[in-house]
Amino acid sequence: MNSQARIASSTRRPLLRLETILLGIGVLALVLAPFYFYPIFLMKVLCFALFACAFNLLLGYTGILSFGHAAFFGGSAYFTAHAVKEWGFSPELGILVGVAGASLLGLVIGFLAIRRQGIYSTMITLALSQMFFFFCLQAPFTHGEDGIQNIPRGHLFGFIDLEQPLYMYFFVLTAFLAGMFVIWRVIHSPYGMILRSIRENENRAISLGYSVARYKLGAFVMSAALAGLAGGLKALVFQFATLTDVSWQMSGEVVLMTLLGGIGTLVGPVFGAALVTGLGNYFATSELPVTLVTGIIFMICVLVFRRGMIGELYASRLGRRLSRRDDED
Amino acid sequence: MTTIFDVPVQAFLGQLLIGLINGSFYAMLSLGLAIIFGMLKIINFAHGAQFMVGAFAGYLLLKGIGVGYWPALILAPLVVGLASAAIERIALSRLYNLDHLYSLLFTFGLALTLEGAFRYFFGASGQPYAVPKELAGGYNLGFMFLPKYRAWVVLASLVICIASWLLIEKTKLGAYLRASTENPTLVRTFGINVPLLLTFTYGMGAALAGLAGMLAAPIYQVSPLMGSNLIIVVFAVVVVGGMGSILGAIITGYMLGILEGLTKVFYPEASNIVIFVIMAIILLVRPAGLMGRDA
Amino acid sequence: MTEALLSVRNLNAWYGESHALHGIDLDVHQGETVTLLGRNGVGKTTALRSIVGIIRKRSGDIRFNGKDMMRVPLHRTARHGIGYVPEERGIFSTLSVEENLTLPPVIAKDGMSLAEIYELFPNLEERRKSPGTKLSGGEQQMLAMARILRTGARLLLLDEPTEGLAPVIVQRIGEVLQTLKQRGMTILLVEQNFRFASKVADRFYVVDHGKVIDNFRVDELPGRMSMLNEALGV
Repeated sequence: MNSQARIASSTRRPLLRLETILLGIGVLALVLAPFYFYPIFLMKVLCFALFACAFNLLLGYTGILSFGHAAFFGGSAYFTAHAVKEWGFSPELGILVGVAGASLLGLVIGFLAIRRQGIYSTMITLALSQMFFFFCLQAPFTHGEDGIQNIPRGHLFGFIDLEQPLYMYFFVLTAFLAGMFVIWRVIHSPYGMILRSIRENENRAISLGYSVARYKLGAFVMSAALAGLAGGLKALVFQFATLTDVSWQMSGEVVLMTLLGGIGTLVGPVFGAALVTGLGNYFATSELPVTLVTGIIFMICVLVFRRGMIGELYASRLGRRLSRRDDED
Repeated sequence: MTTIFDVPVQAFLGQLLIGLINGSFYAMLSLGLAIIFGMLKIINFAHGAQFMVGAFAGYLLLKGIGVGYWPALILAPLVVGLASAAIERIALSRLYNLDHLYSLLFTFGLALTLEGAFRYFFGASGQPYAVPKELAGGYNLGFMFLPKYRAWVVLASLVICIASWLLIEKTKLGAYLRASTENPTLVRTFGINVPLLLTFTYGMGAALAGLAGMLAAPIYQVSPLMGSNLIIVVFAVVVVGGMGSILGAIITGYMLGILEGLTKVFYPEASNIVIFVIMAIILLVRPAGLMGRDA
Repeated sequence: MTEALLSVRNLNAWYGESHALHGIDLDVHQGETVTLLGRNGVGKTTALRSIVGIIRKRSGDIRFNGKDMMRVPLHRTARHGIGYVPEERGIFSTLSVEENLTLPPVIAKDGMSLAEIYELFPNLEERRKSPGTKLSGGEQQMLAMARILRTGARLLLLDEPTEGLAPVIVQRIGEVLQTLKQRGMTILLVEQNFRFASKVADRFYVVDHGKVIDNFRVDELPGRMSMLNEALGV
């Protein structure tokens, strides 16, 4: 029961000043990056990073392992694509449609999944997202195996031409930072504290009088909405939406990103997403099936590297020194 | 022509049989999952992959060394069981003291690895496995044609399910397993090597999956992906039945397989999702599952 | 005196970070019944669990029948002749009474046969087909003891056998222990029910804060009453 709570995590906050400096460096790097790297790749990383952080809001801070997050990510990609391409919506409205759709899906799947606990709830998310996959396979608007292709990126707010890679990049970056800010706010709000107490000991949270189901569902919907934001962005970046994004393999991939980066760390999933996306690109051209590579990484990670990159950093001597001030609170 | 609810009887019975066949596999797989879950408290995500490896083992035994169907029916599950037991010893057993999350993720990684490896060596397309000649042909029942092999699969799965149930409920070994499920520490103080029992259980559960895969080989194409889609449906079966009881897992497996077959007759568009819909309904009206004992 | 059957020296044990036993010394000789007395939470149960080997975070020296038990894995302890009946009794609900009874493997020939056990505990025979946990608390305690007696264990570790039971059942358990003593069984008992313990035990250890603070024979009991009243808070 509270086993789900014993997830290796580190929610310590480093020294505020240092945090600000690192944040500044990070943002600066992201602003400068498109001048040095291929923007499409960077945008892909940002979309998956946001997706993984959204997923981690649920796993790392609430203790619910969803194996169905592809439904929100890929579902939103379809909704956004349809709204933009068929209804002629502007990109920002299209993404809003995607986020709304993902939230609704999150509400339904979350409502059912939290009726059971632990691994059962994981299996339920997986089964329901598979059901959504079959829905997408058959529903006419998704165009089955072909997917929705040639999605126009359009003009943001009517005047920013997103066909320009750099404009698109900064749009994605802004949305990513906004999403991260939301997650950061949630984690550090009283609401986030309650979520964490549910993760640590659900029964205690219940006995303290919190309506745990409502909090879990709230976290689920929020996570789904942010995953939807990531999915909508991805649809615009690549200008297509396909079944790949709603498949269970995608749900597994986001778990891997989060695990690699560090479950329950704010920025860990960003690094995990960058690594997995990079590996995916690298192995896409090789003979080896990507699943073989990700599968092996998964097993190794679970056996010897459970805290993930950022989690290990926090647990290391350096990380402990950096976050020492935090032990006071 | 005779019809049932405007559906030709032959089509109806044909789909019923397909449902029964699928149900046989659901039952065998959810049984294995339930056995493993009972003892090890983990969801074996690799169950579908082990099913696939069982089918491939049979295929390779035939193509590689010319081992026929009947010896392969013993050898293939044995290979899968032993390999899985080794994995339990080497890796999985290190994760028991941690959050169940990690063993789930490990078996998920194992599933991906197995799938990827078989794809690398055999490609994604299916390989045919011929029906053994003793089981070729079929019976003309007058109202329908019943292929012998399909009848054999239904019969074999029933025997396997009943035998597993008897093993667990009626034997000394089964008593050890049941007791260890409840209180492994105390069973150890009695002088029973529980870690070894865990290894055995995981091996046996995986061997059951391998046996199911071997049985499935002549029906479905032998392909690296044959297990992964199946296992998600089986997860839904398990949520519906509840993993508290072995019998529950078996009965739910058959029931949902037949129901799925019937859906193919009356509303084919929904046949892919009917089990998931049932799962959702069960969660709404009876969250613990039909026969669930879990909290 | 000859070497004790069970000899424990400087036994320390930990639950995670918390240090629960601070150097327990005790001896149990062949055929003796020894009781650990003490208030709740002083470490009596921890001592038993450490001797059996359920608690692995322990140090010190445990010798049983001359053998060093510290390195013996938990599932080998029973083979050396140590039988353990936990406080919560540990009857399995998915096993019938008889399955519960015959679950622990027989380790020595001199254990009681099923017939002898049913003679000693007639209730168990009547209900041998029903699920173990359908028995009353007293019957479950009998079953928990009986299944160890069948194995031929040389030392019986009994944790609070009378806890929560009606006086008439407690008396029955006392009789059973007397029978076992006559058969030459060695028993290490943890008990809070001092009156019960004083009827069956040959010797006592008083445990407080994870240490043995006193030990005495049953005939020394009258002189210790005031000390015991203080130590046990009775």
